[in-house]
Amino acid sequence: MSTDTKGYLDMDLLRFTTAGSVDDGKSTLIGRLLYDCKSIFEDQWEAVEQSSKQRGDENVNLALLTDGLRSEREQGITIDVAYRYFATPKRKFIIADTPGHIQYTRNMVTGASTANLAIILIDARNGVIEQTCRHSFIASLLQIQHIVVCVNKMDLVDWSEDQFNKVVSQYKEFASRLDVPHIDFIPISALLGDNVVDRSENMDWYKGSPLLYTLENVYIGNEHNHVDARFPVQWVIRPHSDEYHDFRGYAGRVAGGVFKQGDAVTVLPSGFQSKIKRVHDINGDLEEAFAPMSVALTLEDEIDISRGNMIVKQNNPPESSQQIEAMLVWFSSQSDLEERGRYTIRHTTNEVKCLMKEMKYKVDINTLHKVENDRKVKLNDIARVSLQTSAPIHFDRYRRNRVTGSFVLVDEQTNNTVAAGMIIS
Amino acid sequence: MSEHNNYQLTHLQQLEAESIFIMREVAAQFGKPALLFSGGKDSIVMVRLAQKAFWPAKLPFPLVHVDTGHNFNETIQFRDDLVKDVGGDLVVASVQEEIDAGRAKEESGLNPSRNRLQIPALLNVIEKNSYDACLGGARRDEEKARAKERFFSHRNSFGEWDPKNQRPELWNLFNGKMDFGEHFRIFPLSNWTEMDVWQYIKLEDISLPSIYFSHNREFVRRNSILLGKCEHITLLDDEKWESGKVRCRTVGDMTCTGMVESVANNIDDIIEEVAAARQTERGGRADDKRSETAMEDRKKEGYF
Repeated sequence: MSTDTKGYLDMDLLRFTTAGSVDDGKSTLIGRLLYDCKSIFEDQWEAVEQSSKQRGDENVNLALLTDGLRSEREQGITIDVAYRYFATPKRKFIIADTPGHIQYTRNMVTGASTANLAIILIDARNGVIEQTCRHSFIASLLQIQHIVVCVNKMDLVDWSEDQFNKVVSQYKEFASRLDVPHIDFIPISALLGDNVVDRSENMDWYKGSPLLYTLENVYIGNEHNHVDARFPVQWVIRPHSDEYHDFRGYAGRVAGGVFKQGDAVTVLPSGFQSKIKRVHDINGDLEEAFAPMSVALTLEDEIDISRGNMIVKQNNPPESSQQIEAMLVWFSSQSDLEERGRYTIRHTTNEVKCLMKEMKYKVDINTLHKVENDRKVKLNDIARVSLQTSAPIHFDRYRRNRVTGSFVLVDEQTNNTVAAGMIIS
Repeated sequence: MSEHNNYQLTHLQQLEAESIFIMREVAAQFGKPALLFSGGKDSIVMVRLAQKAFWPAKLPFPLVHVDTGHNFNETIQFRDDLVKDVGGDLVVASVQEEIDAGRAKEESGLNPSRNRLQIPALLNVIEKNSYDACLGGARRDEEKARAKERFFSHRNSFGEWDPKNQRPELWNLFNGKMDFGEHFRIFPLSNWTEMDVWQYIKLEDISLPSIYFSHNREFVRRNSILLGKCEHITLLDDEKWESGKVRCRTVGDMTCTGMVESVANNIDDIIEEVAAARQTERGGRADDKRSETAMEDRKKEGYF
């Protein structure tokens, strides 16, 4: 960890997701990354050591580091997304660690929704299996730009280059159906540490970088849309003080593009036009604001603007429609998707009612095939749907902007979040 | 033209932007939010972030302090000065009053702590004032149960947390809908680590209560934890008061907040100490050592 403050302040942030089941070495890998980056403390280590012993585990069970809930520890399973943190002098990392079984698809989708990168673990002995495809498909569906495929347990296949190449070509054949621009392959042994932090001495045929170096250096400058200016208004700041008597600041987080003083803007849905008077935070005026900054804007004209409105640049509006086509992941174990059902849709800071007009087809998450004969959309299912909203929403396609292209559905009876959606058009 | 063209934020700027976003969501989605203020460094950082989120307006919520009556004097003085400085409202929920009214019972035994007694005081102040959202400074790196808690953490009408039935949180979409009588606990610092908090304190030049810095104090060693001398701690037969240079890594009830021997008397020295530390900051918290899932169990009942 960097102690030099200046260096620490220059670090950027990479969020990555891992998914996996008990046997594929995921916990071992995360444990090793944390341990080698000195992010596991003595008291944590002792506690895990002691718990492992009590449970009769032969080795220290690193899963106990992340499986914090009583029922997880009792059942020896991961049931939820666990967030883990570590840092090197170059980057801070947030791991969204999720279980890998199909019944935890919603957890994997949740973890992937904020990730810049996904690590996919493959057992070198088994090659690509159903779970590999599922995890990769979720990464692709959620538009994660980088996948790092770690071919693990190389020690059990005699560090064989042939075996590694076989797995790589198997994966590449499958991945041609995915929509992920960058895929790296690294042969590792999480257990022994080969190619995790340090270069393996057992595999000199591998010329690429070890995993940590890859995580530290992967380019993430294009994670946010800096082209289409989008500012969903979150809250209107009205101080009512003598000093700021007429102040009306529009607080929000830039969802795309760049906003500068003097920019000609339109407010949606009213269509009123104005110019940006100031972009500011507590320290004064900012030259510009871009995603994902939290700032406040003031406008030249006094117009009626409230939460849920969107400020955009005049020459580049988003799409506005009441008919939405989307991919939906169903999250509720209590109720299935209802065709003609009504839900509340939460999109950016806006909230409207919507009607589930049509379920077009389901997708088999293991094969990516369309399922046309099964119409029932239950927990963990993925479906293509059409929605009709009670008022226009202002969106970009999810592929173009993950913030303005995503939404969740809330059940009005239970208040639960029942689905997550990615807008196609 | 702008001098930079890569539009990158540092990790601290990203964490700050995320926390400010959460605070504004709370103001927008709830009718009567409150900020739980302990006087510790995390809640002091929370106040700073709230000032940033709503400037030039005042904070749209009061600071609520659950007062165990076992405080370090320095913390209370600091609290009152900060409230004056921010121009906010302070609401104090007193554990002593809960005990006096018979709604809470003082622990007996060796290490009597009022930590758990904060639960009735907290739930009471929430109910009395009809708070529907309580902002807290807890972080996911602190404790393994917290590693699984949401930013928006739902509580039923008894204040209980149900870890197996949490609402999924995707992208930056947070669902704060609830039924009457329920409320939310909200944790804007979820993704911060102890190191991030210290670096931010340095970057923003935030002042802290003096007990975070090295000072002379009498203390007793108990189960490898150093506890500061105060009227609420009774020595056992083989124990004795020692004195030396110590400081706090976290701030809570005096009976369970362990100190570390340290000569670090400025932020830079503390940052170096944090970087070299081989124990988590809660490693010195006697309240977490009671069982493997002590935190989860307290949280289920309504703890912070």
